[in-house]
Amino acid sequence: MIYLDNAATTRTKPPAVAAALLEALSSCGNCGRGAHQGALSAARTVYEAREKIAALLGCPRADHVCFTQNSTQALNIAVSGLLGPGDHVISTDLEHNSVLRPLYRLREAGAVVDFVPADSRGRLDCGGFERLLRPETRAVVCTHASNLTGDAVDIGRVGRFARTHGLLFILDASQTAGVLPIDMAAQNIDVVCFTGHKSLMGPQGTGGLCLREGLEVRPLAVGGTGVQSYSESQPSQYPVRLESGTLNSHGLAGLGAALDFLNETGLEAVRAHEDALARRFYEAVRGLPGVTVYGDFDAPLRAPIVTLNIADCDSAEVSDELAERFDIATRPGAHCAPRLHRALGTEDQGAVRFSWSYFNTEAETDAAAEAVRVLALEAAEA
Amino acid sequence: MRQKTERCVVTFRTTAGAMAMESACKGLGLAGRLIPAPRSVTAGCGLCWAAPPESREALEELVMKKHLDVDGIYAIIF
Repeated sequence: MIYLDNAATTRTKPPAVAAALLEALSSCGNCGRGAHQGALSAARTVYEAREKIAALLGCPRADHVCFTQNSTQALNIAVSGLLGPGDHVISTDLEHNSVLRPLYRLREAGAVVDFVPADSRGRLDCGGFERLLRPETRAVVCTHASNLTGDAVDIGRVGRFARTHGLLFILDASQTAGVLPIDMAAQNIDVVCFTGHKSLMGPQGTGGLCLREGLEVRPLAVGGTGVQSYSESQPSQYPVRLESGTLNSHGLAGLGAALDFLNETGLEAVRAHEDALARRFYEAVRGLPGVTVYGDFDAPLRAPIVTLNIADCDSAEVSDELAERFDIATRPGAHCAPRLHRALGTEDQGAVRFSWSYFNTEAETDAAAEAVRVLALEAAEA
Repeated sequence: MRQKTERCVVTFRTTAGAMAMESACKGLGLAGRLIPAPRSVTAGCGLCWAAPPESREALEELVMKKHLDVDGIYAIIF
């Protein structure tokens, strides 16, 4: 199979990830539960993963890296734990439902949410942030890059806007952690929500949020933490404040190994390889008859995603043909990005998303472009 | 693009529902496979079970018998 659905999850992981997972399965006790070798092994494994994530994302303190199952859980914690009724929040049309649904629920609770609009090409008007500002604006919640088009948001600019106006800046880095540079301190980001299984190339079931110092986040869940057990309330210290219950130390061992791989390979080398493949594909398909490609490929920094449609063909049908005839895995439909599909005018048709990882090759990319060429020609002749 | 044919398509509200259908059909040796849900039967994403048109009655019986959580059963050209 030619796997080009890496924006959903990276299927090929560095070999060290599986090795670390297997090792952890037979060595880890429960992190923070006891002082025997098994428990300490798990605690060390988890802490090392915190340190590596903090270094990657510019989080000032490793103990402010709080682990969750995925970025959706992290975003729910950030939105519900920092915002409330009466707050005004600015977000964008590029968001995934992992941002949108927590915000819509917040709106039901009495907050006001506005979205910076995307145009019919999927481009955000960055001046829109300023125009939506109100006296009661409390936060900006936005993605670093669209999971539909791969277009990146200028988070340096958004961070300066947030800092200038005293707003919280919550960043969804689901598509970019491990791909595009992120530095919480330099870019004025208060919370970075990330997932471990996409571009970080770790196991599913890993993710988290990085917090700047001084934030008071209400926990979404409370419970066992292994510390302060006679207190009726959740510990106030991070990371346990947001980490009730047993952590996924096995998965985090794998994530740690994935981060080692990224650091050894070099983030820039990984990004350059993925970007080159995506652009190679884009150049091969952009002029094909009937093919519409979405997104801004003039931008130097973007996630390695190319999303397209062939004439008015149902994206589900195109994706199914790619899978059945060419053994190429892509993602059709709505991609949990309803606002951007509406902006692009693809709400009904959906779109076919191709997305790359470090382990894809030029040969795979060329085969995918050839498959699109064949389908486009067949559609034109039909 | 390949020749479109009539199919009986079953849609679901959850991925778990689609998995239950696949499991039940495999258990009985009923023909069909999971495909991305076409736009004509659903808004958004998801999986659906696509089967030969003549299997509709058997699928409806199976849904009733196993209490499968389906959203709809359609005859479509796909």
